[in-house]
Amino acid sequence: MTRIWKHRLFWPIASLLGLIVINSVARPQFLSITMRDGELYGALINILRNSAPLMLVALGMTIVIATRGIDLSVGAVMAVSGAVALTVIDNAADPDNLGTVLGAVGLAVLVSLALGAWNGFLVAVLGIQPIIATLVLMLAGRGVALLITGGFITTVNSAPFSYIASGYLTVLPFAFFISVAAITLIALVERRTALGVLTEAVGINPEASRLAGVRARGIIWGAYIVSGVLAGVAGVIYASNIRAADANAAGLFIELYAILAVVLGGTSLMGGKFSIAGTVVGVLIIQTLESTILFLGVPSAQSPVFFAIVVVIVVMLQSSRVRRGFARLARLRQRRAPDGGPPPDVDPDLEPKRTEVAA
Amino acid sequence: MSVTTTERRPVRAESRTAALQSFLGRRAPWAPTIAAVVILLILLVGAEAFLRGDFITARNLSALLLDNAYLLVLAVGMTFVILTGGIDLSVGSVMAFTGILGAQLISSGVPVAVAVPVMLAGGAAVGLLIGVLVQYFDVQPFIASLAGLFLARGLAFVVSLSSIKVEDAGILWLQSNRIRLGDWYVTPTGIIALVVVALAAFVLHLTRFGRTVYAIGGSEQSARLMGLDVGRTKVAVYVISGFCGGLAGLMLTAYSGAGYPRNGIGTELDAIAAVVIGGTLLTGGRGYVAGSLIGVMVFGTIKTIISFMGAEQSWMQIIVGALLLLFIVVQRGIVARSEHRR
Repeated sequence: MTRIWKHRLFWPIASLLGLIVINSVARPQFLSITMRDGELYGALINILRNSAPLMLVALGMTIVIATRGIDLSVGAVMAVSGAVALTVIDNAADPDNLGTVLGAVGLAVLVSLALGAWNGFLVAVLGIQPIIATLVLMLAGRGVALLITGGFITTVNSAPFSYIASGYLTVLPFAFFISVAAITLIALVERRTALGVLTEAVGINPEASRLAGVRARGIIWGAYIVSGVLAGVAGVIYASNIRAADANAAGLFIELYAILAVVLGGTSLMGGKFSIAGTVVGVLIIQTLESTILFLGVPSAQSPVFFAIVVVIVVMLQSSRVRRGFARLARLRQRRAPDGGPPPDVDPDLEPKRTEVAA
Repeated sequence: MSVTTTERRPVRAESRTAALQSFLGRRAPWAPTIAAVVILLILLVGAEAFLRGDFITARNLSALLLDNAYLLVLAVGMTFVILTGGIDLSVGSVMAFTGILGAQLISSGVPVAVAVPVMLAGGAAVGLLIGVLVQYFDVQPFIASLAGLFLARGLAFVVSLSSIKVEDAGILWLQSNRIRLGDWYVTPTGIIALVVVALAAFVLHLTRFGRTVYAIGGSEQSARLMGLDVGRTKVAVYVISGFCGGLAGLMLTAYSGAGYPRNGIGTELDAIAAVVIGGTLLTGGRGYVAGSLIGVMVFGTIKTIISFMGAEQSWMQIIVGALLLLFIVVQRGIVARSEHRR
């Protein structure tokens, strides 16, 4: 039993389940999934579909944070990628041609790869602080996206392009399959090869890992490239969802939500150990919370207040001062227990308290 | 010792360059700021030469201060935070929050004498929250101020979802009243901004608090071992930044004649860019408030030039991004050299 308590994913998963329970009590239709024309619909399915862009961005962010970095430019990369894809489709003779759409998406992802490589160059080669290095692109990227679209919101009607975000592959949304594919790919590459361990080594101590023969430069560079590519795909999904390239609104604040998802999933911002499963759970928590807030009738513009409260609670639980406080509380109970309460070894309250300290 | 003397080149021939080098070495911290001044001059002269030739006029230069007064105040607050090696992402949202809060209070009949202190206190309170998280809960400044950003932006929308017009004569006076001297003019908002710069320069260079700020940025560990009050100073810089956010909210409300919850999205980046262009090192410990003043002027000049040329405003983001990059690379070089010397 204690092993379940102490698992590092316990608290993220518990909060996700808690949110789902609250939702299903407040509105019973939350859990209901209906089948229409062989396609599944329902609030849970919507959460899975709408979480796709954030999921991709957060996965890339996890890898970057594991190398002790941070990528603030993901939102801007999303905007550029959407602008590139839609401009190509808009200028093509036949927007409904599958080849056109594939070419547009391919070009958008390539551009995102180049932007990620640029970030990686600044961080890994020039040695600039990651926050600052990616800030450059965060500032300039939206300007580039606006230039590509000529300052307008480009809209297209293209069936294959809309399919990316709103289409169904068999019974589930296509976007869901994209995020599953990304999760699987990242998990396989990071966990079934040595890359994950090397990434953690770079994040824990860059200098020591370099002396141990790890090519830190290439690994850091690669992390930013992965983040750029995933942000590019996310930008395509976003653009496909609204069928438009909105350089100002695409991916606005997504870097903040992605960082929040990574932190919720238990990956420390100090780099080193990272958890892909944790990030997945973190993204689902954010998306469920967002859906809850909307359900409560709170205008979505006000939802940042809730996220601010979540961030404050999470970072405070992670801080050493609060942990010391919990530890003192646990000791106090232990000391008091022989006087009247149950003996310490069977005190049912003690174990959860301790795990809270460890979490 | 003998090895180093034999390796040294003859002293006499090098004496002039050595003197220059030692002079430059001593003045090295000012180098990025001087570079910013040079860039500002190039921009102004270039604009004068290549545009219609009526760029450098008293009216334009006066408008430069007027249009960027709020950004100047934000940049001053940001300078304090960055000098300690921190960062404050919340200022743009704080500005929006206090602006809409003030507009709401005034429109519901609260006297200005109450509303304005409430605005300033609201900004300072968000700053206090960030500072306490950073100092007492070991949260990274980036994340703590991110929470502040979310909180202030959300609260702005809680106060009102749409813009609120301000018709109070006292607030609008801050913007509309022009003190003229020939073709030059300055508004009360401009005076407030310049007073804030002067006060900040005084505090940073001539008080114990200011020296502690620089000491923390240089090395927090050393500052603590010297017995400086690191904790209180670190909280104080975020409170100052939040307070400046509140003041900027007041000034922006006066400038636009309304409070709007969507104001200032991305303004924190403009403020950071202005501070960095002004020569303050993002790693902390080096930089000047005067530099931030120059940085804001560079920022404002680029903006004016772009609107003069009739080019798309998206160039603004690209050019500021490129300038930021240039200065960061230069800074990186300076830091690398001083580390090398050590």
